[in-house]
Amino acid sequence: MSELLVKNAYVIDPINDIKGEIMDIAIRDKMIVESVGSSAEVVDAKGCLTLPGGVDSHTHICGTKVNFGRYMSPEDMRAGRGRAQPYMYPVSGYSVPTVYANTYRYSALGYTTVLEGAMAPLEARHTHEEFFFTSLQDTMANTLFDGNWSVMEAVADKDLKRVAAVVGWTLAAVKGFGVKVTNPGGTEMWGWGKDVGCIHQKIDHFGITPAEIIDYLIQANELLNLPHSVHLHCNNLGKPGNYKCTLETMQRTPDLNDKRQTLYMTHVQFHSYGGTKWSDFCSKSDDVAWMLNRKPQIAIDMGQVMFGKTTTMTADGPMEFNLFRLYNNKWSNHDVELETGSGIIPVLYSRKNLVNSIMWSIGLELALMAKNPWQCMLATDNPNGAPFVKYPEIIALLMSSRYRNEEFSKVHPNTENRVHLPSLDREMDFYEIAVMTRAAQAKALGITGIGKGHLGEGAYGDIAIYPIKTDDIDPAAEYEKIIKGFSSTDYTIKSGRVISRDGNCLLNGNNRTIWVKPKIPDEYDMSKDPEFIKKFERYYSVSMENYPVEEAYLNQRNICIETETKL
Amino acid sequence: MMKKNVICPFCGCLCDDLGITIEDGKITGVDNGCSLAKAKFLRKERLQSPVIRRGNETIQTGYEEAVTYAAEILNNAQRPLFFGWSGTQGEAQAKGVHLCMLLGGVIDNTSSLCHGPSIMGIQEVGHPGCTLGQVKNRADLIIYWGCNPLESHPRHMSRYTTYADGFFLKNAFRERKLIVVDVRKTMSSDIADEFIQIEQGGDYAVLSALRAMVRGEDEIIPDMVSGVSKSQLKRIVEMCKGAKFGALFFGLGLTMSRHKYKNIRNAVELTEELSRHTKFTISPMRGHWNVYGANEVFTWMTGYPYAVDFAKGIPFYNPGETTAADILFRKECDALMIVSSDPAAHMPKKCVEHMANIPVIHIDPHKNCTSFFSDIQIPVAITGIEASGTAYRMDGVPLRTKKIIETDFPTDTDIISRIYEKIQEMRNSV
Repeated sequence: MSELLVKNAYVIDPINDIKGEIMDIAIRDKMIVESVGSSAEVVDAKGCLTLPGGVDSHTHICGTKVNFGRYMSPEDMRAGRGRAQPYMYPVSGYSVPTVYANTYRYSALGYTTVLEGAMAPLEARHTHEEFFFTSLQDTMANTLFDGNWSVMEAVADKDLKRVAAVVGWTLAAVKGFGVKVTNPGGTEMWGWGKDVGCIHQKIDHFGITPAEIIDYLIQANELLNLPHSVHLHCNNLGKPGNYKCTLETMQRTPDLNDKRQTLYMTHVQFHSYGGTKWSDFCSKSDDVAWMLNRKPQIAIDMGQVMFGKTTTMTADGPMEFNLFRLYNNKWSNHDVELETGSGIIPVLYSRKNLVNSIMWSIGLELALMAKNPWQCMLATDNPNGAPFVKYPEIIALLMSSRYRNEEFSKVHPNTENRVHLPSLDREMDFYEIAVMTRAAQAKALGITGIGKGHLGEGAYGDIAIYPIKTDDIDPAAEYEKIIKGFSSTDYTIKSGRVISRDGNCLLNGNNRTIWVKPKIPDEYDMSKDPEFIKKFERYYSVSMENYPVEEAYLNQRNICIETETKL
Repeated sequence: MMKKNVICPFCGCLCDDLGITIEDGKITGVDNGCSLAKAKFLRKERLQSPVIRRGNETIQTGYEEAVTYAAEILNNAQRPLFFGWSGTQGEAQAKGVHLCMLLGGVIDNTSSLCHGPSIMGIQEVGHPGCTLGQVKNRADLIIYWGCNPLESHPRHMSRYTTYADGFFLKNAFRERKLIVVDVRKTMSSDIADEFIQIEQGGDYAVLSALRAMVRGEDEIIPDMVSGVSKSQLKRIVEMCKGAKFGALFFGLGLTMSRHKYKNIRNAVELTEELSRHTKFTISPMRGHWNVYGANEVFTWMTGYPYAVDFAKGIPFYNPGETTAADILFRKECDALMIVSSDPAAHMPKKCVEHMANIPVIHIDPHKNCTSFFSDIQIPVAITGIEASGTAYRMDGVPLRTKKIIETDFPTDTDIISRIYEKIQEMRNSV
């Protein structure tokens, strides 16, 4: 039995409605308890800002396309090399770092739980293999269903329960967490080098529309009682004028769950574009935020873009090809049979570029115009908008209009006429930042019940202690101190063990994989369904027996969330 | 007893539909496997225990002594080189990387002798690819360039391309066109709809001509390009642009011939150009069953797919400098650990000469050419037959090879882990 006592912490814990109190936090073994004995190890937080461990509800750190991002980019590897240190292996990479670099850097930022945003079911083993080495965070993987043939056929047959059964079987087989839908229908069309437009264009052969895929998956998600909602990357990403498609998708979202959102829309910055072409490109964040503010059933993440080099990677294959034709750098693509696709290109977001400057503004505008911080997560869709190491700068931008104005003065001079940012004077406080970086993310993922994202009794002892004395700092004026303070914790504690001190990580945080297994009645068990079995025999290149991810890929401390379904 | 859906640990196809008959704990039959698979599953002779070379003699020894001996060699080395990895499981590859990090050595895999140039080409221009099932279900045009799959990957055509019926091609053999590009006739070229026979070293020029023609720049192309007529090139371009889904596969005939990685860059750029007209993909024909896995594991752990040097404490990568053949050629390394590979059979003479002059640790179930240059060979279980483990198919799909018979041999992962622990012990006791 190990015991730890965090003393004199200045705690903000939004889920438990703690808005800044000096407290002690006691942990026995992995969990937070009311009190511990006098022999407990003591960490003195000295009034420092103490938050639940950070939760990133959308990042790309493990799996086939992430690794291909590293594979194709030795230049990015050279940009982030580091020597071995006690308890730390040598690392490489800036925008797509090695597994160890990812886990160390997230840990230094105080993050203890991360969600890989897109896992192709057929290639799930890869994601789980990398999770094994992501030693300082608990991990989970959203599983791609955007171009799943069995789902699309069931949608064409208007058979909701079959959609749910396919999703349930697949999630359990690949040890996935939630349902990810990326450019629904578009990835299947990309199998023929095409794309869909917005949500009402019919998909070749299947004769259904993206809207129908989204509608059915949302309902199937609730039938399966999954902890997280459908996680949607809308159609038309990155195209001028796409805000209309985004609004239409938002408009049709029902309100089906009283505990969390019904739809999580990701990197909405990339979907809030006005204009008709790049020359009249402008921000439509006002319209999107307006819709968000009247739709509590929707949560979003910002998809903030920050200036500098990064690597874009997404299951949205056609979008990446369009981007490649724009940038003419290098392009990788990887379509996955019967399921999905993906693309990767490196990009440079430049302040001198008008479009990039507008993109940078839109992300901030969305966060500042979303009235309820529980509906808007802080994320960059790492590394698409920017590498996650930029999070402290984004926090500072949200907390200080002075910082925003200074940064705004350096962007392309024509930006002002195309965006709303200069007119927004909201400055967020520490509580709102805590919501956007952990509490809301845990709630949106549906993992507060298993003890994530808060510091209540019975929660996991995941704690981030930042060298920030909230009373001594004026974030609006001293934004540099905010950036520094959020860049490296004094202590990151995971499951009751100190895993990082002053940015130096101690290896082995007893990482776990959180996955979901819906309880499916026999009549909906796809492993016994003749049509489904035929798919494997005839069209997959892997047999059904060799498809599911074996238990050997879950570390022994995995957390399986079994759900009661309404099938 | 018959085990079904066994994954074949021989080539990059990783066929997962083999039926293996087992009688009295021994494999007696292989269904669905090609001749290469059968040879692997039915192979009988192997090294029975670790052997250490003393002068001209080899002495049998136990695993504990062998592990200690290997650990001493590595711990005393200034610049150890770790090579091979394409014939073992991902778990062993990861352990190998950790061992290399601990010792500040260089680690390389066999792709530096096969598709290393492909990786360099990809690092310049990317890689528009897909899984093999995508080809099976959709592709109506297949190109094999610089490879002879009927002999090197005997089931590639029947499982994934020419003979494989797919969702959108119910009668694949009739509905799909096959183009083979090579410098000589092969079994594969014999069944092609179009065989482009190019002059040795002419791939780059032919690829460039095709790219120009896809762009509509026909008039600049001479009547003959590296032995290929303009009219045939024109026909090929029309076939490619007219296809609904084209898939180009290339082998060592392209990576290791004149212009090396520039050939691959050119082929990828041809694919990109064709993607502006129709759907087109390109994929390397990976040879060893888990050579792609070695690239994957190295990449997520070190940032680079092969040839990674930790001598400076940071991962450093520069093919041509940090590749195994170059290090051996320069007589730079003072110890060599080889896992599941046979470099003595494939490397230049000068490299093998240096191999003979330095301590060599060889971890492999079987004797091969490298055994004759080894100071110690440690036999292990055969992954995919006697041990489970992760492997990556040539298209990046990860599979778990199975343990189908029992053995007393330790796995590669066990042996490398024990060497790692022994070295830590030695260092801690100093």
